[in-house]
Amino acid sequence: MVEGADSPLHRLRQNQSLQRLLGLVMGVAFGVFLQLGGVTSYDVIIGQLLLYDFTVVKVMLSAVAVGMVGVYLLVHLGLASLTIKPGSIGTTVLGGIIFGCGFAVLGYCPGTVAGAVGSGALDALFGGTTGILIGAGIFAELYPRLDASVLQRGKIPDMTIPELVGVRPRAVIVPMIILIIAILYGIEYLGL
Amino acid sequence: MDWTPYLAGLGIGILSWFTFLLSARPLGCSTAYARTSGMIERAIRGDSVLEKPYYRKFVPQIDWEWMLVLGIVIGAFITAIVRGEFALIWVPSTFEGAFGSSSLLRLAVALVGGVLMGLGARWAGGCTSGHGISGTLQLAIASWIAVVTFFVSGIIVAFLLYGVIAPW
Repeated sequence: MVEGADSPLHRLRQNQSLQRLLGLVMGVAFGVFLQLGGVTSYDVIIGQLLLYDFTVVKVMLSAVAVGMVGVYLLVHLGLASLTIKPGSIGTTVLGGIIFGCGFAVLGYCPGTVAGAVGSGALDALFGGTTGILIGAGIFAELYPRLDASVLQRGKIPDMTIPELVGVRPRAVIVPMIILIIAILYGIEYLGL
Repeated sequence: MDWTPYLAGLGIGILSWFTFLLSARPLGCSTAYARTSGMIERAIRGDSVLEKPYYRKFVPQIDWEWMLVLGIVIGAFITAIVRGEFALIWVPSTFEGAFGSSSLLRLAVALVGGVLMGLGARWAGGCTSGHGISGTLQLAIASWIAVVTFFVSGIIVAFLLYGVIAPW
């Protein structure tokens, strides 16, 4: 019912100019949280990759735990649908390796680099964002050739972990939340 | 114990409920760069750019996600000002400690890193937000594989940079 074509929610999602405004508002909130969490800083991100500062893991895992419960509840209530990204070894793993190189060399990611710009990091503004734009442009140029070759190699199932295992979502969500809490507890216990 | 990282994570987690509910989208950032890149290319080379297969998939226009990335800049700016953290800096202190205080060197390294990041994010079909938070919270298999790869690769390269290249 709530997802019907005439529902207010559906009309809101179809209203492009309102969506752009919502995107801006949600982006401001995202930027506030990224800055508050400290992850817009090169020092914090590189500290994570050098394994002496676990702030990035703390922010990400707590966001994932909280997000997971709410999003799956919304799906259960019929108020949202999952948006599962497809993947393959050629896409996800190869692209992920290149991404990781960029992650360590730049010291920001596409979201946090925007936050870093807001906090005054000139290396993020003139080096990082400029580089990401060039890199994205290179991918757009290479895309037809890559898509015809490497991107389709080793398809990863286009599904979620509960779907793959064949269980109800809660059978994965509950252990996952317990695992995340245990990891975060361990990080705090070790003082990382 | 410092609770702010968890407070930030809580906020981002709750924010993701609203992106799914109100916008039917996951939090993500990297397609905004692909669209911007297309817009810049179009301004230089004309409308033929729109015929590129990738830009037919990700049309170079300002959408929800583009505004999200713009919002991040604004939100971080406001927070940095309020918390007294705003500072115009060329060379982050960890980088300076290992590689010196040259702005030009940091700019060049950031540019190279950015190119790899932009290429890798679009290649992998998402970034630390799209795969790392939004994909993993949906328990998507490809996203869990992506985020593990991001960090394993990032950790190896960071240790090479700071453990091998910097001392040498």
